[in-house]
Amino acid sequence: MDGSRSEDGGNTAKPVNSATGTDPEHAIVGSVLDAVGADRTRLMDIVQGIQHRVGHLSDAAIGMVAARLGLHAVDVEDMASFYSFLNRRPRGRYHIRLSKTPVSLMKGAAEVAAAFSAAVGTAWGGTSQDGDFTLEWTSDIGMADQEPAALVNGTVLTDLAPADVDAIVATLRARRVANTIPLFPGSDAEGAGLPKARVGASLVQPGPVVFATDVASSTGLMAALARAPGEIIQEVTKAKLRGRGGAGFPTGLKWKLCRQSISDAHHVVCNADEGEPGTFKDRVLLTQIPDVVFDGMTIAGYALGARHGLVYLRGEYAYLWNSLQAVLQERRRHGLLGKNAGGREGFDFDIRIQLGAGAYVCGEESSLIESLEGKRGAPRDRPPFPTDRGYLQQPTAVDNVETFACVTRIMERGSEWFAGFGTRESAGTKLLSVSGDCPRPGVYEVPFGITVNAFLDLVGAPDAAFVQVGGPSGQAVAPKDFGRQIAFEDLSTGGSVMVFGPDRDVLGIARQFTEFFADESCGWCTPCRVGTTLLKQSLDKLLGDRATLADIAAMEALAGTVTRMSRCGLGQTAANPILTTMRNFPQLYEARLRPERFVSRVTMEEALAEAVDVQGRRPTGGEDTA
Amino acid sequence: MSEPGALSFTITVDGVEVTATPGQTILEACDAAGVYIPRLCYHPDLEPAGHCRICTCKIDGRRSSACTMPAVRGMVVESETPELNADRRTLVEMLFVEGNHFCPACEKSGDCELQALGYLLGMTAPAFPYQWPQRELDASHPDVFIDRNRCVLCSRCIRASRDVDGKSVFGFDGRGIHMRLNVDGGRLGETALAAADKAAQVCPVGCIVIKRTGYQTPYGERTFDQAPIGSDIAAVGKGAKT
Repeated sequence: MDGSRSEDGGNTAKPVNSATGTDPEHAIVGSVLDAVGADRTRLMDIVQGIQHRVGHLSDAAIGMVAARLGLHAVDVEDMASFYSFLNRRPRGRYHIRLSKTPVSLMKGAAEVAAAFSAAVGTAWGGTSQDGDFTLEWTSDIGMADQEPAALVNGTVLTDLAPADVDAIVATLRARRVANTIPLFPGSDAEGAGLPKARVGASLVQPGPVVFATDVASSTGLMAALARAPGEIIQEVTKAKLRGRGGAGFPTGLKWKLCRQSISDAHHVVCNADEGEPGTFKDRVLLTQIPDVVFDGMTIAGYALGARHGLVYLRGEYAYLWNSLQAVLQERRRHGLLGKNAGGREGFDFDIRIQLGAGAYVCGEESSLIESLEGKRGAPRDRPPFPTDRGYLQQPTAVDNVETFACVTRIMERGSEWFAGFGTRESAGTKLLSVSGDCPRPGVYEVPFGITVNAFLDLVGAPDAAFVQVGGPSGQAVAPKDFGRQIAFEDLSTGGSVMVFGPDRDVLGIARQFTEFFADESCGWCTPCRVGTTLLKQSLDKLLGDRATLADIAAMEALAGTVTRMSRCGLGQTAANPILTTMRNFPQLYEARLRPERFVSRVTMEEALAEAVDVQGRRPTGGEDTA
Repeated sequence: MSEPGALSFTITVDGVEVTATPGQTILEACDAAGVYIPRLCYHPDLEPAGHCRICTCKIDGRRSSACTMPAVRGMVVESETPELNADRRTLVEMLFVEGNHFCPACEKSGDCELQALGYLLGMTAPAFPYQWPQRELDASHPDVFIDRNRCVLCSRCIRASRDVDGKSVFGFDGRGIHMRLNVDGGRLGETALAAADKAAQVCPVGCIVIKRTGYQTPYGERTFDQAPIGSDIAAVGKGAKT
């Protein structure tokens, strides 16, 4: 009904037919609802289940879902229209989403996009006439060390080159007959035989804590279950463990607050939304040592008196679904989950995975909780904090994947051993995901406190012109600051380190990061919803060589308002690409300034283009102000 | 205003002591005491939602929306500061360019809270580029008209319809700058909305209006033509002090 729903450039795909019945959609919607249950909090599973079999969420399907859940259609649309991986209109059988980040573009994503466009015969953003392919950009998909990377429905393609594209398209086209509907999540069959359908291991340097290999599995869990819950929280507190997602909140304190909250039920949530561009260390953890993560969640469940653990897995990582489910099944088989989990009498604990659907903001813990409850991922105002009223309004501890892995290690070796690594305020080691102009991209486990210089030497990028630490929401660090430490008390990061060489366009990169926030703003609050777009337009004016000194002052003032007035971390950090490049690279801004007191945003030519087009003639006597 | 009970306590707002009771938000306590904090999406009969951020105050040194922040004994609140009011004005300016707001031709002019905030906060010329979005009108209902050009996404109608009317006629569609007000089933005329519903009465701007009533009060004699927005609340304060 509005712009957000009509973006496929006039190309309307044929509706996809899957089942053979007379009203297949009706039957499919019914069977999905039967399988998941008429539970409003499971709306995400319901709409994903329908989409994976029908291809999109039609008005009829939305209506059926609403009726079964006792909702109005507008309530279901409110949720379904929020997530970029949910289609409200038919799309191609194969939805190709190419990751658009400064790193992917450096590695040739634009050329790959052009090759796909040519091969399937549609403009980028559109759907091919035969209904086979929809081509779209998407935000970072967690493959920054192997860009250009793309999702084909649920399957990940990496290290793409234009030369790969014809074979990929031909392979997909050949699957016309069988299994036309993309299986999502987790279709191993879909990736089979598809060129470049391979995710690299990414672990370059394991360290002594998280990737310690000399401990038998579940040692930490068993040690924890032999102790009293309160002692576990004390041990985690003594270890000075802080949240690995980036915010660095003390985990022990979070757990203490959560445990103190009186409620019928407590919840443990693992934040595997890993959406910060340039981060992929949680993918590596969930691939290589998922048991260590699940051990940590189980320890948390025991410490907090929770019976339910939830993993919020970003939609981009749907390809991990089957392997993670298999790990959980093994754990149930070994008695590590379920009744009397880990053999501990009276401790019943199980873990469910909730798949996300393409929304960066859901990495913010209160948005994540809203999404877990089957709603749009809009953040909540605090207080109340999740430790008090989180999932289902019950006390909830939301912790990062890496944090849970650290908990397991602390239980294995003790808080003193753990706190022996790192700095005073940042205990332990940190997994850093490195990408960009660097010969050895991947995940490195290093002690907190490492300087940027030392780290650049480690990854083989001593000539970096600047380093983006902490992703777009972090900082653009210039060489004069390479002596600074990576730690909560200095350069804080959830794990993203993007390296940029001397030839890179700093302001162009800042512009891409700014656009990322505009794309991912949830829209709930004014400063972020409107401000992120206005910031992007300010940079466009600068990069279009039309900005004056007054424009720079206005941009800085706007950046300040967005930072100060936004409701959650997304908006509060959305101006960082501009603010940190202004601070660290002022000469780049100055070099682009026009000396005039005022230059209009667009040329007269551009302003009149539409009218010229309509009238079929150009105005006479006017002067172009450019 | 209820009598301060035994459980009541005080907070400080711009140096003035304000009495609050447990469960009250800062904004509620201030309203009751006659201290006006600028706001747009808040409505006294609805659950706060924290969209517009105009009521943002510095609370014990940290910024937070006054409409959602529970008052706690001893809190120190700053509201009427040049810095906060400048940020509030910027938010109002953002809303003016995000939608298509033509005050001189709008039937809500003079009764519009967005316009009134623009005056109150000293908005003059537009500071940001107009976005000129394409937005839908809906005249399908016999008594109620929707002009989304004027929508500020405050969710008052959504909350009122869901929580007060029990009808859930409205919702959001999309996200970010593409977010729009959505109507159940797509057309207002096919919903159960009645002109007397709370949802039809709470729009702060000229987005949801009752047909055939827009010009009953002439321009120049409307609410904010008489006195600036917030005057009614401030009057409570003046009365309380005597």
